[in-house]
Amino acid sequence: MTTSRIEDPGELVIEAGRAERHYWRDLWRYRELAGFLAWRDIKVRYKQAVLGIAWAVVQPAVQTLLLTFVFGKLAKMPAGDLPYPLIVLCGLLPWQLFTSAFNGAGNSLVGNSHLISKVYFPRLIVPISSLAVALVDFGIMLVLTVPIVVIFAGLPGWQILLLPLFVLLALVIALGAGLWITALTVRFRDFRFITPFILQIGMFVTPVGYRTDSLPNWRDLLALNPLSGVVDGVRWCLLGGRTGLYLPGVGLAVLTAIFLLITGVWYFRRTERQFADII
Amino acid sequence: MSLPSIEVSGLSKRYVLEHESRHDNLRDSLHHTARKLWRRARWGTSFEKEEFWALRDVSFSVQPGDVVGIIGRNGAGKSTLLKILSRITEPTAGRITLRGRVASLLEVGTGFHPELSGRENIYLNGAILGMSRVEIRRKFDEIVAFAEVERFLDTPVKRYSSGMYVRLAFAVAAHLEPEILIVDEVLAVGDIAFQKKCLGKMQDVARNEGRTVLFVSHNLNAVRQLCSTALFLANGCVQAAGPVGRMLDLYMQTAAPASLSVPAPSDDLRQCAHVTSMAIETMEGRPLAVAQVGQPWRARVGFRLARPYEKFVVALGLVSTDGVAVQTAWMPPADLAAGDYEAVFEQTLALQAGGYTLVVGLSANDQSIQQLEIARLDITGENPCGYYPITAGVGIVLNSMTTSRRKI
Repeated sequence: MTTSRIEDPGELVIEAGRAERHYWRDLWRYRELAGFLAWRDIKVRYKQAVLGIAWAVVQPAVQTLLLTFVFGKLAKMPAGDLPYPLIVLCGLLPWQLFTSAFNGAGNSLVGNSHLISKVYFPRLIVPISSLAVALVDFGIMLVLTVPIVVIFAGLPGWQILLLPLFVLLALVIALGAGLWITALTVRFRDFRFITPFILQIGMFVTPVGYRTDSLPNWRDLLALNPLSGVVDGVRWCLLGGRTGLYLPGVGLAVLTAIFLLITGVWYFRRTERQFADII
Repeated sequence: MSLPSIEVSGLSKRYVLEHESRHDNLRDSLHHTARKLWRRARWGTSFEKEEFWALRDVSFSVQPGDVVGIIGRNGAGKSTLLKILSRITEPTAGRITLRGRVASLLEVGTGFHPELSGRENIYLNGAILGMSRVEIRRKFDEIVAFAEVERFLDTPVKRYSSGMYVRLAFAVAAHLEPEILIVDEVLAVGDIAFQKKCLGKMQDVARNEGRTVLFVSHNLNAVRQLCSTALFLANGCVQAAGPVGRMLDLYMQTAAPASLSVPAPSDDLRQCAHVTSMAIETMEGRPLAVAQVGQPWRARVGFRLARPYEKFVVALGLVSTDGVAVQTAWMPPADLAAGDYEAVFEQTLALQAGGYTLVVGLSANDQSIQQLEIARLDITGENPCGYYPITAGVGIVLNSMTTSRRKI
């Protein structure tokens, strides 16, 4: 005789190595918590900063001037028919998005260690919800950038409709890389020193301060960096196609993003169950 | 009989302690990695790893509506058990079946953000504890009323007094409506009136609403008041389980160490005078960690003088858990030669049930030499009829102990 046991929906079984079973369902069930954590981060960010939104303006403005000087004046990179600061500004926009999303996700677990050691929830919520702050910052900067673009380069064309896709691409890359960093940081605290290092180098190997179509010889090499595709793409969207879009580069960026996300989730999930013990 | 709401069988949890590994900063970590690589290359071994079983083959079950206290000394595995039950950490072996929605409260105010207002923190903390937005909105007024913080709802909690903070945090937790509630040591905070309110609330939850509660506390009185049964853990194993009264008695008999550990004195103190040993025992000389209300006990304080002192005084103080100095007693000042001494303080007063910290002070010529929080003593039991035990917080009782001193 065989009896099949029907598991009561309200029954929860905890066994060694079996935490996975309800993981994705739990992740969905805890979506409200993700929302609350995101809301907390946003609220705290704008409450604590005295300069508040002004900060989101001053920083890119100074960076734009600096990069215009370095790449436009000193290195004499060609600007085409566009004012050089505009090229820089449109490059900084996605770069800032990536930087703050990557930073946020990378520090998210250690920053929330008090939660992790005291409450259960699918830990993936933490890095995912940390992206919200980056997105809000991006939104503010975008609203401020668009009028400048309109004044100096005219109305953007249909290309602007593709902007959300490039934003998504930037977020996926940031999340994928952030998952690796944040999971590694739990175990090895020194990984948090790696993030600023990556970002510092990234600033120069990503076409933030120059346009790739003016460097045909370097194009393929630059395309290896997935953010080249993102930055090129956002610039292309905002400037109505007046800068080139290197499609193989974008394709590679998409593939890299997917690869980073899948491996990031894999590593995160693999180490996740030890987080509470070692954080 | 219905199915148990908690079933635990063969539960074990192993921690691996890796010696010498603190990956807190880059330098240490690089240093450590380099040494590890070097060792591995040279001897093919890595740093010795030590296994530690926080829990070993723990099995028990809890019926719906039961309130179970978990007692045991520090390091007995109580917290680990609760962490596994709340799914914060995974067991190494074994199986747990939980029937019903579980909420765990391992800390008061988990996830409170100091910059956010009371209102915002109620929502945030509620969500962290597993409530939905709708549920929180529905209970919002009740939570605020319970916490008594109406006037400060829009003030950032960093400006709250610690009492307000704890009240708000507990209020949120108290309004969870899980079928199984797991609570760790949260009543140790807050003032006495609020502690009573919390205990009352938890009693309500268990008795009237038929919920299952697992409760860990060092406050044995709270355990006695709240729980019907108890689980006694020692060294990660279930020592016994049964009615709360019997378990507490058992715990008290086994709980006390023969002598308490005294921190090593600094070099400065070594050159003048310091406490060397400490023991709390019954009048018959058996070690004691938990005394019954009205039961006499004595404290033996060993101390060493590196040089002769004039007007040397040994004092013993009892401080209740809420920080009130309840009782102080001291030896009459005496001129003492260098050497080892023992002072004995005999408690003859009946203090109110509760937790107390013992503080020992050495002084000479009205100059303090050493002051040391040295031990914890729980006094438990019903407050007896016929006379009033001294209540904590009433004031300081001066020099009511019988004292004696001898040279060793």
